[in-house]
Amino acid sequence: MRKYTPKDNVQAKAYYTDRFWVAPRVPRLDVSEDSHFQSVVKTLTKYIKESYIELDHLVLHIKSQDNIEVLKTLRDTCGYKMCSELSAVDYLAKKGEFEVFYQMHNLDLAKRVRVVCALKPEEAIESITPLFKMANFAEREMFDMFGIVANNHPYLKRILMPDDWSGHPLLKTYPLQGDEAASWYEVDKIFGKEYRDVIGPENRDPAKIDRYDTQRFSRVGYEVPFGADISEGETPKEIEYSKTFMTNYQKESKQLDKRR
Amino acid sequence: MMQVTTKLTPFFENINFERDDKTMVINFGPQHPSAHGQLRLVLELDGEKVVKAYPDIGYLHRGIEKMAENMTYNEFLPTTDRLDYIASTSNNYAYAAAVEKLIGLEVPRRAQVIRTMLLELNRIISHLFFLATHALDVGAMSIFLYTFREREFAMDLMEDYCGARLTHSAVRIGGVPLDLPNGWLEQLEAFLDKMPENIKLYEDLLTQNRIWKMRLEDVGVLSPEDALSWGCTGPMLRGSGIAYDIRKEEPYELYDELSFEIPVSDRCDSYGRYRLYMEEMKQSVRILHQLIPMYKETSTQLMAHAPKYISAPKEDIMTQNYALMQHFVLVTQGMRPPKGEVYMPTESPKGELGFYIKSEGEPYAYRLKCRAPSFFHTGVLQELLVDTYLADVVTIIGSTNIVFGEVDR
Amino acid sequence: MAKHQVNYTSTAGLPIALTSVDKLVNWGRSNSLWPLTYGLACCAIEMMASGASRFDFDRFGTIFRASPRQADVMILAGTLSKKHAEFTRRLYDQMAEPKWVISMGSCANTGGMFNTYATVQGVDRIVPVDIYLPGCAPRPETLQYALMMLQKKIRRESANMKKNTKQRFV
Repeated sequence: MRKYTPKDNVQAKAYYTDRFWVAPRVPRLDVSEDSHFQSVVKTLTKYIKESYIELDHLVLHIKSQDNIEVLKTLRDTCGYKMCSELSAVDYLAKKGEFEVFYQMHNLDLAKRVRVVCALKPEEAIESITPLFKMANFAEREMFDMFGIVANNHPYLKRILMPDDWSGHPLLKTYPLQGDEAASWYEVDKIFGKEYRDVIGPENRDPAKIDRYDTQRFSRVGYEVPFGADISEGETPKEIEYSKTFMTNYQKESKQLDKRR
Repeated sequence: MMQVTTKLTPFFENINFERDDKTMVINFGPQHPSAHGQLRLVLELDGEKVVKAYPDIGYLHRGIEKMAENMTYNEFLPTTDRLDYIASTSNNYAYAAAVEKLIGLEVPRRAQVIRTMLLELNRIISHLFFLATHALDVGAMSIFLYTFREREFAMDLMEDYCGARLTHSAVRIGGVPLDLPNGWLEQLEAFLDKMPENIKLYEDLLTQNRIWKMRLEDVGVLSPEDALSWGCTGPMLRGSGIAYDIRKEEPYELYDELSFEIPVSDRCDSYGRYRLYMEEMKQSVRILHQLIPMYKETSTQLMAHAPKYISAPKEDIMTQNYALMQHFVLVTQGMRPPKGEVYMPTESPKGELGFYIKSEGEPYAYRLKCRAPSFFHTGVLQELLVDTYLADVVTIIGSTNIVFGEVDR
Repeated sequence: MAKHQVNYTSTAGLPIALTSVDKLVNWGRSNSLWPLTYGLACCAIEMMASGASRFDFDRFGTIFRASPRQADVMILAGTLSKKHAEFTRRLYDQMAEPKWVISMGSCANTGGMFNTYATVQGVDRIVPVDIYLPGCAPRPETLQYALMMLQKKIRRESANMKKNTKQRFV
């Protein structure tokens, strides 16, 4: 039977999981364990959907519309002067939404808060650039990697990938080795589409060996001149050492019925 | 064979003639010898003054975060070397520490000592490199040769320990793979004894040097408010007068047992940051001096004992059946940390380097975000470069100490 | 007549050295290879180290140039991302003939460990490569050895560059 590969999440999967295995969870402490965090939660009560302490971080789940107010309160009232990180996690396959998180940092008390909000893929989030200028780059990166639009961002444009790139790489639907547009990107850009045949597809197989290639490979036990032809009339046979790495985009579609 | 013609059209972005406001657009990079890698800056100039600066990054984007989602935790560790490739061990450590925090692992004391030693040695290597390139960009060629001489000695020490000069992978999840080789501590001590006089040599050459002062003083002034708002950390933050060092405030490894000072400068300019780097090197030497006797008091265990996550020592694997089975499972399937999310900040030579890991209980991280200090320090450039002269641009880029491996990841 | 002038008809005609044009030209070319400072990633640090005090690249007549128009060799040191590929080709086109390319490090050779969407899988898809230098990152000694190999290769070539047909397309 053909192996089923899910289309909504192409991340690598464990090839074997014990059927009785249940992943444990990192202990989540109650907010009352820490007096400072308790006061933070008290200040923000009306916004908070869920709050707990996980590995020294206070985690606050809020609504995505409230992000500006919550971060503003954290900055002005609770002393979280720095937003040290901002990004998203793709949960589209599981829950149909993104999780956007903000890492807030209180430098006076050395405390950290993570503000998490869920965001539907068709929604946009309000940019926090007016509060923290670091969001200028971080939100552009989030847009580039996930396609999450930040409203009122001064310059929302791709940052890490080129402007004419297609797809958002950190989505779970995007394969690690890129889609077809990605695999020909540099060839199309520099030489043009007509040179695709000349240059050929990318070699994604790290273990590829061509035994007739005397320029790049040497034969053990034989002395072969550089670039000599050693095929001796044999026709080169393609050996695929790891099929998963080879991407042949030029493969013709399978013809099921030859009579047609 | 004649050169193949390409489709690339001539590139006249450098000079834009048809502008009403008499400004000129200059394209800096993506390959410029003093851009510290692949930074592309589009500068709008009015005469010699920069009116607008637009840093364009991503020319070294390699998809490291995507790789992390498709690699088991131990597989990913060597990839972290290539983030901040000037001080690789600090990346290895930041990643290993995040995973250890996630699975709640206690690292043996000897491993902690060795890790702290390597981290500080890497700090010296990185700061020497900063000094070399910064001085080279500003125009002081001889400093480059001097600092690289000392840097080679420090790299010899790293090489003796782990076998690699640049990409160390010297820290593993759960400890360190190797003990210090024989005679390493003596070599380290010899290196440390020479270091203060070498630092003095650089300071004699630069600190009171008239050209150096003219090029650096009051150049790249970053106010404390801006530094906080832009997410600056490390020397960029301390150079603006905010004394925050994660080693001191949120201590990890052995930093709470060591005595060292956090140099701060309230000059807010490139010169203050340069002084800060010199002081930090001296503090690193001081820390390393304290670590040498600490090493001698520890027992020989190097890797934490946690059979669910960490392979047993080699002797056990070779002699005990169960240890071999565990090892086999860990190598073929990878460790499965518990569900949860973790963010572990560490003080890398550049600033706050932290890994955010979201684990779903699988051998592959569901999401890994590397909080790289240089990324945010590159962001500051668009504000820091405005209203400076064209000649100061390289000074400011040099003094932010950005490394493109971790900017673009 | 000034003393340093030699009358080739009266004295035995010294100093004269006989050689072929190929050898003479290649001697000149191979002993002053000026590379472009083309640091892309980690390998660039090792490239810098090989130019610095301990390894001293200048012994080979190798002086790093910041402009492609003054350079003979392009040392592609590090990972080439797809976003950057265009600029590599642009710089290669700007270099004057004769020109050579050293691909330094695994990433430049084949993409190396970065088998991802954003990395060019081998710079030989973009520019013709003369020397592939393995390692991650190669040590400065290795880079110097690669340069010596390139010198050897140049000495084997014909001085007339038109004869040196490149076997690969790009």
